[in-house]
Amino acid sequence: MFQNVGEMVVLLWRTIQALPKVIRHRQKVYDQLFEIGNASLLMACVLALFIGGVIALQTGPVLAERGLSSAIGGLVGLSVCKELAPVMMAVLIAGRIGSAMAAEIGSMRVYQEVDALRTMNINPIHYLVLPRIVAISISLPILVLFAILVGWFGGGLVAVLNEKIAITFQSFFVNLRLVVELGDVLNGLFKSAVFAIVIGTVCCHQGLVTIGGPRGIGRSVTKAVVNSIVLILILDYFLTRFLLYFEK
Amino acid sequence: MSAPAPANPTARPQSVGVQIKGLRKSYAGVPVLRGIDFEVQRGEIFVIMGPSGSGKSVLLKHIIGLEPPDEGDILIDGQSISQPEVMDQYRLALVFQSGALLNSLNVLENVGLYLSEHRLKSPQEIARIATEKLEFLGLKNVADRYPGELSGGMKKRVAIARALVIEPQLILYDEPTSELDPLSAVVIGEEILNLKRTTQVTSIVVTHERDLAFGIADHIAMMYEGQLLALGTVQEIKNHSHPIIHRFLNADFNPKPQPSASA
Repeated sequence: MFQNVGEMVVLLWRTIQALPKVIRHRQKVYDQLFEIGNASLLMACVLALFIGGVIALQTGPVLAERGLSSAIGGLVGLSVCKELAPVMMAVLIAGRIGSAMAAEIGSMRVYQEVDALRTMNINPIHYLVLPRIVAISISLPILVLFAILVGWFGGGLVAVLNEKIAITFQSFFVNLRLVVELGDVLNGLFKSAVFAIVIGTVCCHQGLVTIGGPRGIGRSVTKAVVNSIVLILILDYFLTRFLLYFEK
Repeated sequence: MSAPAPANPTARPQSVGVQIKGLRKSYAGVPVLRGIDFEVQRGEIFVIMGPSGSGKSVLLKHIIGLEPPDEGDILIDGQSISQPEVMDQYRLALVFQSGALLNSLNVLENVGLYLSEHRLKSPQEIARIATEKLEFLGLKNVADRYPGELSGGMKKRVAIARALVIEPQLILYDEPTSELDPLSAVVIGEEILNLKRTTQVTSIVVTHERDLAFGIADHIAMMYEGQLLALGTVQEIKNHSHPIIHRFLNADFNPKPQPSASA
């Protein structure tokens, strides 16, 4: 395990060192951005709509019973932007995009395409890893931003339509604006950028160390997704702890 | 690693000599190469033969720098490849057994990959060179196709075309005729000979096919269980008295006669 962690750190460091070359690989970054956005935007929005809705549904009636229904906007707003949107989108992207990264690079490794690149003096980190990590680091925060907005809308919708809550859109969003600050949204976006780097690094690394045939690729994909999700959830706690220091 | 400069015939010879000195390699404690020594002269076709699992492909991976040796050294024109800058000075190419074409790129992009990734030529020039190499290998109308749409023989020829774009001084072939029908195998063998005649490139060919080896080799090395059993010209290897070599070169399918039903 420690060897894997060490290798991942080295891979990330080499990718960071290669960042100035990203301009040369911009076409691959665009391709990856399209792949990630196209594959995930609709799913992210649907997921976020229901996450916002269920938070409102769970908390709204309890708050309404105690005469605190006006506070529901702030509660949904904060929990979606600081916690649920970044974590759930990261888990979604680990499953959809991380698995594809591990499978694609893994099959290239197994079928000697990575070796072929090396024999042509083409660095696999520059060619395969750099565009993927850059693309996921850009696209995940953007997806999270969408998810936050749609999640708030979902929460508002449930707050309006549910008869036990039954507040207006206006009072939902007035409270949300009162409670949620720009810093809270940035907090969530920062987390998502860190999660993106984790997903990219774990999945690309797992692809590059794939051995064996199709079974090896399958094993790598499973390990990549599971390790990414575990790391996201563990890191989420420590990131939250770290970010609390910057709050008033 | 930086990209070696494209070929300039006046600046650097078209071929290189290779020396292997005491090469040893083990995987998980299992020795795969047990002290290999030989020398390949400039411009010759050097064939490494041996049964499956004798360490031939691993040896090729060491020569091109994909694997570091546990012991021993590989010298190209007298310089050790353990120094990274040495690998950058020479243009080496490996034609993989499977072709190892990038499945996400079409044939033209695969062949021009080296030039496009290192930005050595303009896109139009790269397309022209790649088309020229494909035509040289008798591949027409495949430029837009993807590797998955090609036959085994075509994939190998595309892989050779991709290697030729580098204008290599040393070209390594890993089982170039495996999985091919006899006619396609002959075409590939002729192309290896043709390349030697036209470009004077040094070639190292790993194979276990006798006909190919005897047809193209200047020298043959026989490997068995990670060791070199013999080294010599085609005739010397054919006349070698070692029982393993004799058995390997004279193995023929010879079914035992079945007892007849009436007996």
